[in-house]
Amino acid sequence: MEIQFILNKKQVTAEVGADTVLLGLLRDLGCKSVKCGCETTNCGLCTVWIDGKSRLSCSVLAAAVDGHEVTTMEGVKEEAEEFGAFLAAEGAEQCGFCSPGFIMNVLAMFRELEDPDIEEIKEYLAGNLCRCTGYMGQLRAIKKYMEKRKSPVIKVREVRG
Amino acid sequence: MLTIGNYVKAKTLEEAYELNQARNSRVMGGMMWMRLGNAKVKTVIDLSGLGLDKIEESDNVIKIGAMCTLRQIEESEALRNLYGDGFAEAVRHIVGVQFRNQATVGGSIYGRFGFSDVLTAFLALDTFVELYDGGTIHLSEFVKRKPDKDILLSIIVRKSKRKFRYESIRQTKTDFPVIACAVVTGIVHGQETWFFSVGARPMKAELVDKAWEIPRDASEEMIAEYARKAASEFTYGTNMRGSAQYRRHLAEVLIRREISSILAEER
Ligand SMILES: Cc1cc2nc3c(=O)[nH]c(=O)nc-3n(C[C@H](O)[C@H](O)[C@H](O)COP(=O)(O)OP(=O)(O)OC[C@H]3O[C@@H](n4cnc5c(N)ncnc54)[C@H](O)[C@@H]3O)c2cc1C
Ligand code: FES
Ligand code: FES
Repeated sequence: MEIQFILNKKQVTAEVGADTVLLGLLRDLGCKSVKCGCETTNCGLCTVWIDGKSRLSCSVLAAAVDGHEVTTMEGVKEEAEEFGAFLAAEGAEQCGFCSPGFIMNVLAMFRELEDPDIEEIKEYLAGNLCRCTGYMGQLRAIKKYMEKRKSPVIKVREVRG
Repeated sequence: MLTIGNYVKAKTLEEAYELNQARNSRVMGGMMWMRLGNAKVKTVIDLSGLGLDKIEESDNVIKIGAMCTLRQIEESEALRNLYGDGFAEAVRHIVGVQFRNQATVGGSIYGRFGFSDVLTAFLALDTFVELYDGGTIHLSEFVKRKPDKDILLSIIVRKSKRKFRYESIRQTKTDFPVIACAVVTGIVHGQETWFFSVGARPMKAELVDKAWEIPRDASEEMIAEYARKAASEFTYGTNMRGSAQYRRHLAEVLIRREISSILAEER
């Protein structure tokens, strides 16, 4: 069947089977940041946004996104790079495999929560597993990223566009 | 692996129901559970176009459409105003935000899963399920029924002045619960009544009610005795997450804390 949806702000048309999974379709459409890390629906690596909300693309039927808007890390490249630099600076990653899903959910968190405290951050990100690290570097990166976002320098830049 | 022959986004409830009567048809909720199975599904029926994704409050009830996500439950003002943090507590440990943005209330209740926090929580209140063909029946009745070909349209909670507490124990964050306990109390026909719903025993949630009048200033020992009595009304089983004995002990502890917390609030 043919479906139409918005992928990273562009209208796309795709031919999909009834059991095609969104994760596979997105990779076929060139969004290679979207990866599969488990077969049990609980690692968070496949996180994308559907209509602005974090979802697990490994468990969404492609047919069901007809008429909806999907965002992958490719669609928020600048923001992802900016936060990614903080992750790198804290040495948060080892193999780095978990990062795309993690970054997408961190960015979703900042769209939803104003100024989350450490418990709120942990709870929001509990569904993103990392099998190499102990999450401490990630938490440091998030805190520093939040401080930078709050700092006046950034605000001035935002105002000037 | 799950295979699917046709995907149909139903245009009416009638169409969804008719399609679902075929042996190999399946209604889809969030697909989170279904996709892990091995079924060969001929037609999968998507209910997402039927407006079943709203939480509506009226004078007497809160009506939760079957396609509402667990995240909607977590964030519902209506449920929070009536029952405090109980519902948010019941669902916030389920996998992650991404998961709860997708898993549905309908799939959770229809599945009647042993481990279900969602079922344990709703069972403790005066809750009904609205079915397309089978009318509106009490959740405690629905839980006992075998899965059939009907469609669950909504979960209806009858509003009442009841206090609600929910607690669960997990071996690790985001895992299935080892035990899940909800305690509710309120006046029923002029009589103070306590409701205990215990799930993940590991069998599915069951409900016990007691016409107890527990003094607001009851001592911890007295509360512990009530908790012991309540916990002993259920049967427990052993699986990889814990033994029957361990579960019974946990149930006692959680119920004691929940009763204490309610009494403290009313003191
Ligand atoms: C990895 C994992 C971890 C989990 N951990 C927990 C946990 O800790 N606590 C907890 O409470 N739950 C847990 N769950 C269960 C989860 O919360 C949902 O209850 C479950 O996924 C079913 O919801 P769904 O929307 O995905 O339904 P689906 O998988 O789409 O459907 C489940 C079943 O219900 C049927 N169905 C769905 N909607 C309807 C309807 N409206 N009418 C009739 N039939 C319908 C489907 O045909 C199917 O048979 C977990 C699930 C997974 C996969
Ligand atoms: S691939 Fe692990 S949750 Fe989707
Ligand atoms: S860095 Fe290897 S899984 Fe996270």
